[in-house]
Parts: sequence; C-alpha cells; structure tokens
Amino acid sequence: MSRITALNVNGKKLQVDVDSTTTLLSVLRNDLDLTGSKYGCGEGECGACTVLVDGLPVKSCQMNVGRVASRQITTIEGLEKDSKLHPVQEAFLNADAMQCAYCTSGMIMASVGLLAKNPRPSRDEIIKGMNGNICRCGTYQRIIAAIESVGKA
Amino acid sequence: MSNTQDQADFIEVERYELFEEGRFHFQLHRRQFIQAFGAGIVLILPLRRLIAQEGGRQGESGRGGFNQRLPQEIGAWIHVDEQGQLNVFTGKVEIGQNIRTSLAQAVAEELHVPVSMIHLTMADTDLTPFDMGTFGSLTTPAMAPQLHRAAAAAREALIELAAEQLQVESGSVRIVDARFVNHDKSKSLTFADVARGKKLVKVIPEKIEVTPAKDWTIAGTSVAKVDGRQYVTGKHRYTSDVKLPGMLYGKIARPTAFNAKLMSADTKAAAAMPGVTVVQDGDFLGVAAPDPQIAASAVKAMAYTWKAPGQPSNAELFDLLRKPAEGGGRGEGRGGGSRPVGSIADGMAAADKKLEQTYNVAYIAHAPLEPRAAVAEWKGDKLTVWTGTQRPFGVRGELAEAFHLKEDQVRVIVPDTGSGYGGKHTGDCAIEAARLARAAGKPVKLVWSREEEFTWAYFRPAGVIDVKSGVKQDGTITAWEFHNYNSGGSGIQHKYNIPNQTIQFHPSNSPLRQGSYRGLAATANHFARESHIDELAHSIGMDSLEFRLRNSKDERLLGVLKAAAEKFNWQARSKAASKPAAESRGFGIACGFEKNAYLATCVEVAVTRPPAKGKENNSEDLKVRIVRVVEAFDCGAVVNPMHLKNQIEGAITQAVGGALFEAIQFGNGEILNPKFSLYRVPRFSDAPPIEVVLVDRKDIPSAGAGETPIVGLAPAVANAIFDATGTRLRSLPMLPKA
Repeated sequence: MSRITALNVNGKKLQVDVDSTTTLLSVLRNDLDLTGSKYGCGEGECGACTVLVDGLPVKSCQMNVGRVASRQITTIEGLEKDSKLHPVQEAFLNADAMQCAYCTSGMIMASVGLLAKNPRPSRDEIIKGMNGNICRCGTYQRIIAAIESVGKA
Repeated sequence: MSNTQDQADFIEVERYELFEEGRFHFQLHRRQFIQAFGAGIVLILPLRRLIAQEGGRQGESGRGGFNQRLPQEIGAWIHVDEQGQLNVFTGKVEIGQNIRTSLAQAVAEELHVPVSMIHLTMADTDLTPFDMGTFGSLTTPAMAPQLHRAAAAAREALIELAAEQLQVESGSVRIVDARFVNHDKSKSLTFADVARGKKLVKVIPEKIEVTPAKDWTIAGTSVAKVDGRQYVTGKHRYTSDVKLPGMLYGKIARPTAFNAKLMSADTKAAAAMPGVTVVQDGDFLGVAAPDPQIAASAVKAMAYTWKAPGQPSNAELFDLLRKPAEGGGRGEGRGGGSRPVGSIADGMAAADKKLEQTYNVAYIAHAPLEPRAAVAEWKGDKLTVWTGTQRPFGVRGELAEAFHLKEDQVRVIVPDTGSGYGGKHTGDCAIEAARLARAAGKPVKLVWSREEEFTWAYFRPAGVIDVKSGVKQDGTITAWEFHNYNSGGSGIQHKYNIPNQTIQFHPSNSPLRQGSYRGLAATANHFARESHIDELAHSIGMDSLEFRLRNSKDERLLGVLKAAAEKFNWQARSKAASKPAAESRGFGIACGFEKNAYLATCVEVAVTRPPAKGKENNSEDLKVRIVRVVEAFDCGAVVNPMHLKNQIEGAITQAVGGALFEAIQFGNGEILNPKFSLYRVPRFSDAPPIEVVLVDRKDIPSAGAGETPIVGLAPAVANAIFDATGTRLRSLPMLPKA
C-alpha cells in the first residue's frame, strides 16, 4: 500500500495524504471537501459520482486514487470559470433538467464528457452515452433536451 | 378557498403515511421571536385549525396585533429584517418538488415584490413552526394558501407602518418595484427603511383577502428553481455533504436478517484501532472513526453472530396478504373503503357480462438517489441533527424518545434533500448517528450505503386486489365489488356511476416493513380498477374511451379524458406502424383522481414477442417499448407550469419502473436484490417521450401534484399491451424479467 500526496484537481495541485487504494470519490468528498460529486451506489451503476479524468467521464466511486494521481481531474466545482457557468450548466438550468438535483453534478459531468467526444450527438447517441447515470426523479427527457440544446448551439 | 383550506388542515392521514402527531406544542413567547430574529418585524399566522376551534376567542388576538398573547399553534411566520429581506419560515421540506420556489411565488405575489427578495427557511425545528410533515401533496393546498394570507397581511401591516413613516394616508401607499410609494410617487421607502429599528411581533388577522388565482402575476408563472445555480455548480450542501469540525464517520454492523437478535460480539480488535469508538447497546452495534475507510475496517474487524427467525419469501407473498391482519392491523388511519351501495347480487343479476379478476402489486423501493444520511452533534444535553427527512418534527420526537430528552433539547435541520418519494419519513439514521456521536463525544456523520438504503428503510406495500363486476351490453356498469388486501385505501374510490357497489380495504400482516410511497396505494388501486374497466369495455366490444365517458358524469374527469384523447388523437389511432411478426403496436387509456387532482393517460406501446419456447408463450418474455405517453392533468389553478410539467414527466417516468420491472426480491429475512445492478430502475433508455396537457382551472383551488400524476401509467400500459397482443397482464411489475 502506498500513499498519495498530491492530486491535480480543477487545474490546481492539491495536497492530500491518502492510501492509494482509497476511492477517488472518497478523497474528493472527505479529504478535499469537494462535495459536488455524490455517492449514490458505490458500484458504478448510478453515475452520481461522475468526474472527468483527462477529459473523459469516470465513475469516481470505482476509481482508486492511485490510478489518477498524475492525471487531470475535473469535478463539477471546476466547470464555472470567472463566475461564468459552463454552457452545459446553463443548459440544465434553462431546461429545468433537475428536481432534487442530487444526480445533477454527475449528469453534467457525463454530458460534458459526451459532448467533448461528440459535439452534436443524436438523441440515440445521448441515450446511449448517458445510460449509466440514474435520475430517480425521472427528468431524463429534460436532460436530453439540455444536451441537445448545447449540441445545436 | 377557505373550505378547501380547512379540509386540508383536517385531512385524514392514510395509514401508511407513518404519521405521528408531535407530542408537545410549546407555548411560544413574544420575546423568543425577538431573541431569535433580532430587530425588524415578525408577522405570525395562526393555524386555521385553531381559528376553527377557538372561534370567538380568536377575535381578541387577531386584531390590533401588537401586544396580545400569541397563538399556540402557528402555521407560518414572516420576518422582515433590517436589510429589507423577507424571510419566510415554514416547516415544509424541499425534496425536489420545487416548493422552495412555489412558496416563494406565493409570498412574492401578495407582497408585490420579486421572488428574489424572498428567502425561505425550511424545516429547522428551532426556527420554523411545527409541521406534520411534507407528504400527502399538502404543501400546495395547505401551506401555500397560508403563506398567501401571511404575505397579504404583511403587505397591509407594512403599508400602514410605511404610511406613518411617510406621514401620508395609508390608503394612498402602494408597493411598486419593491418600494412603498405615495400616490404620486413623490415619497418612497424601501422594505429596509420600514423595518429598521423596529421590534414588532404582529399576529395576522383572521380575515384577510388574498389575490384570486385569475389575477396572479407571479404565482401561476414559470419561475425558475430559485437556487438552481447552487445545484448545477455542486455547491448545495445536502445532509451527506455537511462537515463539522472534528467530525467522525459512522458505520453500523447490520444484522444478517430482519428481526435478528445480537447473540455475541467481539469488538476488541475494532476498539483498539486508533480513534475508533465502538458502541454496543442491545441489538445496536456500530462504530465511529476518523474516516470512512477506518470505520469500514473497524466493522470488518468485529466478530458477531445474529440469530433470526425463519421468514417468508416472495413465493408466499400474495397468499400471505390475503390473511387478515392480527388484531385488525397496525395503525388505523384512513381505511379508504365505503359503505356498500345497492346490492352486488342484484347488479350481477342485471348484467349481460360478468367478470372476476385478481390484480397483484409487488413491494417496490423508493431508492432516493441520496441515501439516508445524518450528522449528529451533542453540546451538553442539546442534540442537533442534520438529516434528510420528510418529517423533521416527527424525527425530533423520535430522537427525544430514544434519548429520553425533551423535544426542545433536540433540533432537527433538514437541508434540501436528495429526494424522498415518501421514503424518508422515519428517523432511523438520525438516531443511529446520534447514538454514535454521544458515545464518541464528537459529531458523527452516518450515510447509509445503497445496500442499507434498500434493506433497512421501508417499502411501498405489496397488495392483492380482487374485482368482481357486471356490465350491460349497452355499456352500463351494474355492479362493482373491489377488495384491496394490504396495499392501502388511497385512490380506492372512483368517479364512475355504479348503482351497486362494495369497496373495501383489508389490512394484512406485511412480511416486510412498509410505509408511504409517492401516491401510496393509488397506483395499485388505479392499476386494478382501470385495467378492469378496460376488460369490461372489451367484454362488450366498446371503445375504452367511450366506455369511460359513458359511465362518469364527473365534469373534471371527463375534461381530462377528452383533453388527453384529443392530444393523443385517440380516435384516429392506428396500428399501421406495426411490422407484422416483428412488433405489434397497441394503445391504452386510463384515468383517475386522487388528492383533488384528475388525470387521464394515453399510451402507445410497441411489443415484440420472442419466438415461443415449447407450447406456452410466456408473457413474461414480452419486450415492451413505450413509444409515446400523453397525460392530461387537472390540479386546479396551476402555480408554476414549468415545474408542474417537470413533476408530471418525472412521475410518469418513475411509474415506468413500478409498471414494468421494479420488484423487491426477499426471502428468509433478507432483501435479495439490494443494489442498482440487481434492482432495475428507469434509465434514459426506458424514459418515454411524454406530452403533458395542463388543464389550468383558475376557478378551483390548487391541489398538490407531486404524487397523483404517477397513477395513470401502469394501467394505460397494461391496456395498451392487451391491445397489441391480446395478453392481459394483471401483476405489477408486468415484465419482471425485463
């Protein structure tokens, strides 16, 4: 077991002191107090913990922190720049694409990851790309609309 | 409006709402308000129930307003602080239904100010008035009218104070753009100007006019979620995000089965781990540790044995539920049945066609995406707990009882919560966190794992429903006998005109812990009733929409049926899209009412039948895709069209799970599918396109809408599957293997 002492999160190098087998989600939430990423299932089935690692969406509850120590991690807290929301954040607000919003961080991060790979996804591509994220309140159609609106912009 | 208001205050609580009255209502003192809020003006709204009970006596405290005794039971209060912010206090809980927004709209409407000036403090037992809980779709019909009245009275009182300050007639003062202005706007004051230096507590008079829905300009509009930005930036702190200095992390050693007793526990190795506190108290066994990993290791390091009795499984469930509950069942809330009308025997004798069918519904889980969580902190003998619950005052009572405290020694704070759907009424997690925190002498956070959430919470009741009916060839229903075993009485009544009927709810001994769920039994009762109505229509060869229109005279029910059918184009529906042998199209309709709201749902499905294995074509192997859903909804005057549509779409999407594939598997005291990988919930690929038709009735008081939109989907889908295949599915979920 080795220790991890630093992580690149949201463009900053942050000091930590954690075992390399700790999940990235736990380090973000409990050690770095970045609580926007959520625990929903602990088995990578709900996507509430989704963050970007080198731009790709990752279920942080399934990722040992040792595997991402030298990579660029982006969490929901890192999307807003100079008090300006990311277009996907704006789109979620405009589409009222949330209710309790517990899934929202993960949904937004998964959407950002999807759009980075495929800037104009079709409806079917959105469904396929987002199917690992659960919204128990059932706002899926609004989330699809939000992603489509960014794709068209 | 006042009749509905009183009904809402007195509304009977369904037995499965897990309802408990607060045991203590302490007298509030004027100085406590001043202490709590500091300077400014506090306006207090007595609960209408009290007005009704105290009658004439209320007059004395309802007038004049500044120095009389305060009412004992308070519905809400508003504080205008010295900065001019309007702080509204309510015991209701925000769990995704967007009442933080809709209640702010109610206040802004009456005060003629922008919604952004309103700040709601919700569900903090030290700061907000007592509230039974956020359930039963009561916020909109009961709390919103109270806040309309409170805000209207606040407006009048503030105008009077402003007029004094401006030295003009109060009749000439209005609120324009959040300022008090005189007749020609030559003089003006802000809310801060009026509140500054004041220390007033004013009781709102009994008779106060509120703005009728037809004149609303802020209520009734699509105001965006007031704190939406907090959510899309991840800044909102749910209970599971709360962090206190020195806080430890809790973990419970769970029994191997329900009703198990702890026989032995060896906790030495765990207790020796640095910073770990072990608590063993009766059957409670848990740890508090400096981080979640150590907490998990500490539980693993313990050796313990449990002994549990043998317990039933899914296989015996429906037979078990038919047996009457011992002692008439636990809890005697609203039964939902009614006195028999006419004679079933006569009605059956008059019928051309007779039907008898049984419908089943499984236990399902709420599975809120934020599992139960609590952060507990003791300061001396004062306990503060942050927790996601729909019953903050009820949980305060549970904590007081568990720790032998007075209720005012306990404070429960509910951060806006990651949903509930009726599943977060109890204080289990709060009690566990508080027990660990007391032993550790430090604050403790406990977040249930998904598996704990699936196992140790409670379920939507399973049920068996028997329906017997008769119909004449001309479409007249002559007899209706309806027995619901265990699932509940909500939505058991209908709006069809049937001369002979018996409708009963029969409590059973549930093998699993069961309780509230979005819409309660209204889903089960609508599924059975609206499937059966469809079967009756088919038995005489009548169109199922026409059959429904023919058997009801209820103007609102007919209204939603016609609205949905028109949008769906029911008359012109066509199976032309079906490709022979591959996919059959089918259309289904269902309607109903519950909690003063009406709905009609039309569905189109595409069904694929896999090649028959052997002789039997197993209906469980059908593949069903919901192509399209149209739902017309009438909940009176619409408060926020955008959020209402969102609620309806969400309820329909959630309903897909219970209709098609969600079911709890259990056996011998264990839940066998306590994970999302084993318990399927609707995902993007399951979410049907939904068209909502809002029937906005400005002439009818607003009803709640968080629950009722869920009840129409399952029967409409069942009816559509029958239309497509000729196979009638009478058990929820309909496709358990899907």
